[in-house]
Amino acid sequence: MNLPHRVPPLDEGNPVTASATLSADTVTPTEPAGDLSDRLRWFAPGTHITIRGLTKTFADGTVLYKDFDLDLPRGKVVSIFGPNGCGKSTLINMISGIMDYDAGQILFDGKTARETKIGYVFQNYREAGFPWLRAIDNIRYPLKFLKLSKAEQDARIEKLLASFNVSIDLNRFPYELSGGQQQLVSIMRALVIEPEVLFLDEPFSALDYEMTLFLRDKLQSVLTDMEITTLLVSHDLDEAVELADEVLLLTRKPTSVAARIPFDAPRPRNAETTVTPEFIDVKTRSLEIFQREVRKP
Amino acid sequence: MSNLTKVLSKMRWLQPVVGAVALILIWAFANFAELVDPVLLPSPLQSWNAFVEGMTEGTLGHDFYRTIFRTMLSFIIATIIAVPCGVALGSSDKLYRSVEFLIDFFRSTPASAMFPLFLVFFGIGEEAKIAVAAFGAALIILFNTAYGVMNARQLRQLAARVMGASKMRILWDVTIWESLPQTFIGLRSGVSMALVIVIVAEMFIGSSDGLGKRIIDAQMIFNMPEMYASIFAAGALGYVMNLLFTLIEGRFVHWGGK
Repeated sequence: MNLPHRVPPLDEGNPVTASATLSADTVTPTEPAGDLSDRLRWFAPGTHITIRGLTKTFADGTVLYKDFDLDLPRGKVVSIFGPNGCGKSTLINMISGIMDYDAGQILFDGKTARETKIGYVFQNYREAGFPWLRAIDNIRYPLKFLKLSKAEQDARIEKLLASFNVSIDLNRFPYELSGGQQQLVSIMRALVIEPEVLFLDEPFSALDYEMTLFLRDKLQSVLTDMEITTLLVSHDLDEAVELADEVLLLTRKPTSVAARIPFDAPRPRNAETTVTPEFIDVKTRSLEIFQREVRKP
Repeated sequence: MSNLTKVLSKMRWLQPVVGAVALILIWAFANFAELVDPVLLPSPLQSWNAFVEGMTEGTLGHDFYRTIFRTMLSFIIATIIAVPCGVALGSSDKLYRSVEFLIDFFRSTPASAMFPLFLVFFGIGEEAKIAVAAFGAALIILFNTAYGVMNARQLRQLAARVMGASKMRILWDVTIWESLPQTFIGLRSGVSMALVIVIVAEMFIGSSDGLGKRIIDAQMIFNMPEMYASIFAAGALGYVMNLLFTLIEGRFVHWGGK
């Protein structure tokens, strides 16, 4: 994947309203180009997910996304942050293929979402787990869609459990576990397939603070090891920055990219990271852009 | 005073039977004081004796068994037909909308109104009774199953979809499980409905045995202890069936409501 790839042209020649590349520093959205050739631009090496001309309008006529373009880097954690109702969850739902969109194209290395191994952790762990299966069978469930032998499946599970090193009784049913334990099971269920892309939709927002810290640490260490392309939606800026290689800030709807701010602090990151000047700088800049977007009429 | 509280708290296990004991006492008192004509209201003991005698020496046991057999047979037929149809209906919006009116209409039609129709089709034998009871139960099961499938929470289906499950797989692995609590409500109501229809059918559409037949016979010859015994048997049957279903449900749908 050293050579840049060409994005296939789209049918319509609408102007680009939001374009974002993988540059090193804050990128403000380019002005509408109004030029088809801009669509055919090259994307940077190391790009995993390409989104072109994404358009989503709700039934009531509200335009959420219009000609939205975005490139997402491979093996990095990108935190998505933006004003309420700007469609953060909608964006990752469309990328992950669980929500339809009206127009545009989303590709993972040229593949569709259906052809890609995807892990998804929902905010609402109570309604996302399968309560009729024991925790261990919940974790095992997605493996049945990979053509693996029983032994290979067992090996995957063993490896995953070892990397998480947790001491919960996985022979219990999800409703017998605490909220944090249930979300941990969800996270393991998402990771057991060794996904190419991991989506996290406010995964910790329904948990108490202690559990959140614990899960964040676990998740971070596993993600660092596995180098999975990860998209995190969070409403907690500290969390968004702490976990991210890059913070993606969105505007109000119709949504475009307000800015992309890289954060290169070494991992593992912890509470100490959050008092470093880099962290505070990234957080301050993010907050400024966020507030600027929120105040826009 | 504190002694009394202690004694009362020790007798807490009695609570569930207080109502039943009170009813029997009122009954015994009404009988003793002849508040009601003793021919119409025999004593609880007389009725109980009729029940025990009927079960041990008489034919109550046989009638009891026949009613259970008919109820279970019609219930099984109803389940076999209604559950798959309900799943199909629930998983297709178009299909459901096109037959919604029909289901609602027949669900609102008293099954007893259908007796003559079933008599014409199935004759006055065993088949008519079982068919009409199965029909009544099937509608309830069908509509509850369809409802369960339709109202299955979307998030779990999305979770399976994002893992790469096909539509059929999602239906099989997620939606049907999601619908089970509602399906069980349908099954429980269905078996009660089957019992009601079987008893009524035994009373009025030419039967030679069964609790319904026994009750109506006892009434005709004013054998009141016998009649109360049979009513009690029918009540106990309905109660035990419901209890059994609740137990099965608790084991099978252990996650329900959690």
